[in-house]
Amino acid sequence: MGLETLKPGMLTTLQDKGRYGHQREGIITSGAMDTFACRVANMLAGNADDEAVLEITLVGPTIRFTEDQLIALTGADLSPELNGERVAMWRPLLVKKESILSFGAPVSGCRAYLAVSGGFAIPKLMGSYATYLQAGIGGYKGRALQARDLIPCNSPTPAGIALFPQMAGADYAAASWTPDPQFYPNYTSNPTLRVIKGPEYELFSGNSQEQIWTERFQVSAQSDRMGYRLQGVSLYLSEEAELISTAVTFGTVQVPPDGNPIVLMADHQTTGGYPRILQVVRVDLPILAQVVPGQTITFEEVSLEEAQQLYIRREQNLTQLARAIQLKHNL
Amino acid sequence: MKQKDMQLFRLYPLGDSAITVQFGDTIDKAIHAKVRAFSTYLDRHPFAGFVEQVPAYNTVTVYYDPWQASEKGFYNPYTHVTEQLQYILKVARENDKAAAPRVVEIPVCYNGSFGPDLEYVARHTKLTPQEVIASHIRCKYRVYMIGFAPGFPYLGGMAKKLTTPRKQNPRPHIPAGSVGIAGGQTGIYPIETPGGWQLIGRTPLLLFDPNREQPSLLQAGDEVKFVAISEDEFWQRKERAHGA
Repeated sequence: MGLETLKPGMLTTLQDKGRYGHQREGIITSGAMDTFACRVANMLAGNADDEAVLEITLVGPTIRFTEDQLIALTGADLSPELNGERVAMWRPLLVKKESILSFGAPVSGCRAYLAVSGGFAIPKLMGSYATYLQAGIGGYKGRALQARDLIPCNSPTPAGIALFPQMAGADYAAASWTPDPQFYPNYTSNPTLRVIKGPEYELFSGNSQEQIWTERFQVSAQSDRMGYRLQGVSLYLSEEAELISTAVTFGTVQVPPDGNPIVLMADHQTTGGYPRILQVVRVDLPILAQVVPGQTITFEEVSLEEAQQLYIRREQNLTQLARAIQLKHNL
Repeated sequence: MKQKDMQLFRLYPLGDSAITVQFGDTIDKAIHAKVRAFSTYLDRHPFAGFVEQVPAYNTVTVYYDPWQASEKGFYNPYTHVTEQLQYILKVARENDKAAAPRVVEIPVCYNGSFGPDLEYVARHTKLTPQEVIASHIRCKYRVYMIGFAPGFPYLGGMAKKLTTPRKQNPRPHIPAGSVGIAGGQTGIYPIETPGGWQLIGRTPLLLFDPNREQPSLLQAGDEVKFVAISEDEFWQRKERAHGA
């Protein structure tokens, strides 16, 4: 069983929570830009949260299901339709064989996630399903999906199968329940992102140290899975500094000599040598992942302790969410 | 030996899920020996919630999961991980056998089409091509860090006299295994990429193989020796490297 792409969409790739353990070898983590939506899609489809999902960017693909499938769509609202009918997101969906999933105009957010019950039947590479676009490996043949790709799927999980009788419908059936959105990150366009100061914050001029908190930055069109280039005021060091290359991470805000900050995203390189002014807290990375080029962002400082408490609470919520979904699946 | 020096360090958070341990602020072998000692100890004694580490020139960045490292909210994760890293700083030894550099020989064919810029480097450095090769082989190189591309080693230790600027116009395709010079650095391209390095030779070895248990041939802390091989040997070894 599997799904066939009739149209590939703008950038549709297989991703998971990321490839960890090989950054010391120069191998980037890749993985979903919005790991929250990626994990919840899997949970709703009755999977463990580390299965591969499709990451769909702005202009969605058109997909034909070769067999009956239990799926879930989360993340950005890109006007998903099943057989031409608008379909609800953030809940299990039973789709009948030969159904067509398509997308329309983006309503909110940038990246949608599609999980299938049982996961996609692709090999893991270096411990992960994620597509490593720059090296042309991992995911589905190391690349973004093209028209007429046939992506094999595993059989649905028992939890997924348990849902089938609940949803005896016509072409498709959507579960009547959906998780309480109070668990979700505060998805919004033009968001304020919580950050902690970066290791080189103090090296920036007084002016730049002030402006980073007060100015609004636009996410430029030259933004992708590697990084978001920001436009607004230019930021400068108080004096020139030669930095020795060291590790950087998802959410690091670094400033090259031209003064325009770059936020490193899921496909960032493992090391870098530009001064790091800020670091976006982990719980807000999903919000950033859903920002569309052209929208703006601002920064708000939190303490490291607060950032970690937020992260712990997020994980507690996801554990609870997984439990609640399991109960629904076992009804 | 030098146990006191291990304690000359700075710890700082890289966001809410990583801590960087910094030893000194220069690029040299003595500092990298500390990086190596710390990194080796951490490999053998990972703590709860440890995700991975990235050793670099003068730093080791330690990634952790605050949820796991806090025992699901019981401890303050940053404080808890910091204490464990401080313990490692106390007990890791530079003269530990396991932290001794591994020596890796890299066979390189410097002939003809494999080293299209060898002549240029020779002219620029006012040496003969043979002298360039001899000097490149004579040095021992330290892998300070792997980064930029999968398996790409940042090597220190090239003879200063081989210093040659990058090409004005980068090549659109540089074959995997190409050995080059850029300024005072030498390096090896693990995968085919565009690039501006002056190419003086090529190795038949795979610097990056995603299907190997350890995908990158070289690791930070390794010592590299280049060994000149003939074109015949290049093809034989290439077949061996790619054949299995």
